[in-house]
Formats: sequence, structure tokens, C-alpha cells
Amino acid sequence: MAEVEKPVKKYSLFSLARNALSFHQNWEKAWRSPEPKKHYNAIIIGGGGHGLATAYYLAKEHGLTNIAVIEKGWLGGGNTGRNTTIIRSNYLWDESAAIYDKALQLYEGLSQDLNYNIMLSQRGVLNLAHNLHDVRELKRRVHAIRLNGIDSEYLSPAQIKEMIPIIDISPSIRYPVMGASLQRRGGVARHDAVAWGFARAADARGVDIIQQCEVTGILREGGRVTGVETTRGTIHAPKVGIVTAGHTSVLAAMAGIRLPITSYPLQAMVTEPVKPILNSVVMSNAVHCYVSQSDKGELVLGAGIDGYNSYTQRGSLHIVEEQLAAVCMLFPIFSRLRIMRKWGGIVDTCPDASPIISKTPVEGLYINGGWGTGGFKATPGSGWAFAHTMARDEPHALNAPYALDRFTSGALIAEHGAAAVAH
Amino acid sequence: MLLIPCPYCGEREETEFHHGGEAHIERPQDPDALSDAEWANYIFMRTNPKGLFHERWVHAAGCRRWFNMARNTATNAIIGTYKIGEKPPKGAR
Repeated sequence: MAEVEKPVKKYSLFSLARNALSFHQNWEKAWRSPEPKKHYNAIIIGGGGHGLATAYYLAKEHGLTNIAVIEKGWLGGGNTGRNTTIIRSNYLWDESAAIYDKALQLYEGLSQDLNYNIMLSQRGVLNLAHNLHDVRELKRRVHAIRLNGIDSEYLSPAQIKEMIPIIDISPSIRYPVMGASLQRRGGVARHDAVAWGFARAADARGVDIIQQCEVTGILREGGRVTGVETTRGTIHAPKVGIVTAGHTSVLAAMAGIRLPITSYPLQAMVTEPVKPILNSVVMSNAVHCYVSQSDKGELVLGAGIDGYNSYTQRGSLHIVEEQLAAVCMLFPIFSRLRIMRKWGGIVDTCPDASPIISKTPVEGLYINGGWGTGGFKATPGSGWAFAHTMARDEPHALNAPYALDRFTSGALIAEHGAAAVAH
Repeated sequence: MLLIPCPYCGEREETEFHHGGEAHIERPQDPDALSDAEWANYIFMRTNPKGLFHERWVHAAGCRRWFNMARNTATNAIIGTYKIGEKPPKGAR
């Protein structure tokens, strides 16, 4: 393990008290802003949660500290800061259960590990059933998830009502609530804090985090990667990882690689803040919405992707209308709330709704992307597995099924619908 | 919300249409001769460009006909629509 290059003050009750004496004006910067060096042992393109987690685990688990994270904007300014912060691992297929639960397990210890409060709140995630097929499908999934050793239970409408008194379970609504699966270990976390916590902890281990630096080309020589061209000059490295959710195809094209990815806008929104009223995360595949309440009191709402591919971080209004109709059907009490903000993020979707965490035909070039609409929940597990892949030049058992060649072999991990929410 | 100029009906709201993905992907002439990698390229791989993009749309709640559209995926600006079998309009090639 490499030595820490600079001492980072530990956040604690004492540091809080000490800084209170100077009215919190003298907190040290959470990470440095170094000039890019000419050469690193590895470069991560993309300073979102997954990229920063990759850098952190490369340093922590593999002793690789002469590395740079290159970000064209600011840390966590892409999908990391645009998602609805839901964390769960209630996936049907074994491959998905393994990597998403690895992520959840890492999340459970992450605040301590990073010395940064990511505000993990395991308040439970419910997935609703609205017809007999949903009921059977959810029960089957509950059993499959339990066989993988992941907590999962099935609730009757009465049990749902007991947990969430404001939900409408009357049989007369258009899509009545007929049951739900519940993962109690699921919940939400503060998405910005996940990016900032990984950034601070990676920086403390010597990782250079370089913001406002866009990669414009990927340098190759004889079939292997040698570095990147950026808006701040050429940077050489024998290993480069592309972790650019929303732009995976664009970066891969710089290295002449075609991907099975299409990029769509995914919209989310928050209401005005209200007092605590919803104590868990509620998702519905059939009427298509998901909702939770933030610590500030806003309801955080999301649903499915827009109808056509685009790199504009905005979407069409009818998508928003449809999901608000769904929310108001389930929770009539929410109908008087006003939407404060709405935004879009660009999600890279694969044909099987599963990610690519893989080596590529270019030696030394690795891709972690295609997370579709569900990347945030996987952040630590994704970074952990990708760091292993980059450090050892071979995938870990967790991400071996997520290789790019599955689209040639046909061994897809079809999570459309199987993930308990439509994509 | 896009305002899509259907080549048969004129400008209509996006909700009347369905997106059909990337245009001009040719079905293999001799499917039996294709390798697994060539099949993967035909079925799964997409250009997904940031900028000029040629795509298929169907006017599902209108004339129900398929057509092609050239659009800038970085801005959503519609450059033009053209019928199946036609060449993309000028400025969209």
C-alpha cells in the first residue's frame, strides 16, 4: 500500500467543534486541484461516482496511486448528481444480484470507510404489483432474491397500508395496489456526498483529480492505448478507463470501438418541501413512477426514459405528465403539491438493460458504462470491480459476465422488467 | 416535446409518433454467411452519435407510415424528414 502523500484531517466531532470556533471559515479543502502531470500509471476518464470510486479502490485495494481522474465539467455534475438516489439490490438474475448486493454491502460501510457521511438511509424499497401477473412475478422474484441470500419479502395491500398510510389501496382505482415486494436494506443516500466522499478519500491516497479538462482523443499505438489528448494537453498512461455515463459511445468512438449503447434522456423532479410524510421508497413498474422524500422534505420523483435518443439533458413534457398522473393515482394527497425543479440526465442503455464493465479490443483500454437508468445504486460495487479489472487486466468474477463480448456470444443478462422497474 | 414534420401530414406533436431507432441499417443479404461478430454488429451495435443522426419514426397516431428524419442529438434540432428509400436532405448527409 502506497503512503498517503499529504495528511488529510479526519472529519470528527472534534474537528467540527474546532471549526465552529472560527465560524466554519477555515475548513481545509476536501481535495487538491493539481495541474495534470505528463504521465500516470492509469487514467480514469469521468469524475462521477463510478470513476471516483474506481480511483479510490485502485488506490486502496491495488496500491495504484499514480493515477488521474479527468473530468470535463465538475465532480458529480452528470448522472451522479441527477439521479433519484435510490439504492437496492432486489434483482432477479444471479449476475445482477451479485454485483448490486456487493455495492449495497459497500454502501453499508461507506460513511465509515470514507470518513464522509453519505447519509445512507435504509428505509426500505417497495415495488408494487397492480395485477395478477405482477403479483405472481413479484412473488417469484422475492423467492429468487432470497435464494441469493438477499433480504426480500412480500407484502399484502393491508401490510402496505400499515407501512404507508397515505397510499390509496382501494380496489376501485384504475391500477389497484395488489401487493408489493419489500427490500428493507434498500433506501436512499445523498448522491453528491457519494461523489465527494470518494473524491476526498481518493485524493488523500494521492490520486490527482483534474476538473475542467475534456478528453478529445484516445492515443493508441500498435493496438494498445498510450494516453489521452485533452483540452489541457497530452497525458500519457498505459491504462485508460472510460467511465463516462451519458457519453460512453462518444468516448469509445475515439478509440474506434462500436458499442451496443443508445443514449436517452431520463427525467427526474422534486416538489416543494413538506413535513415528513413518506417513510420509504415506493416504486411501481406498471403505472411507472418512483417516489421518495428527501431529508429536506421534497418528494423526489422519477420514471422512465424519453422516447428517442438524445444528448440534451432535458426531455419531453408528456413523459412528466404521465408519471405525475401515476404518482397522484397512488397518493391522491400529493395532487396539490407543486413541482419545484425538473431536469434530465443522459442514460446509456444496453439492449439487455445491464452494464458493460469490460476490457476492450484495445489493450489497456477499459470501459465501465451502459448502466442505463440504474447506475447510482451500483456506484461502489462498480468501482470496486472495475478497479480490479484495470489493475489485474482481467475481470473479477463479479463483472466477468458484464464483458463486451456477451453481445457476440449471446450470453445477455436480460434485466428488462426483471429488475422490478421498467427501463 | 418535438414538433415533427411528417412528410405526409406536416408538423405534428411528438406524442403522435413512435421512434424507430437508427435508420439505414441494412438487413444482411446472406444471413447464413454471417459470423457471430457480424450478427452482433447488425443486431446490437449502434453509432449513437452526438450530433447529426439519421433515425426512423412512425406516425402511429396519424398516417401510420414510416419515414426517416435527420436530427442533431446534441440540440434536438430537426434538420429534415424524408421518405423511406429517399436520400437525406441537403445539410443532413
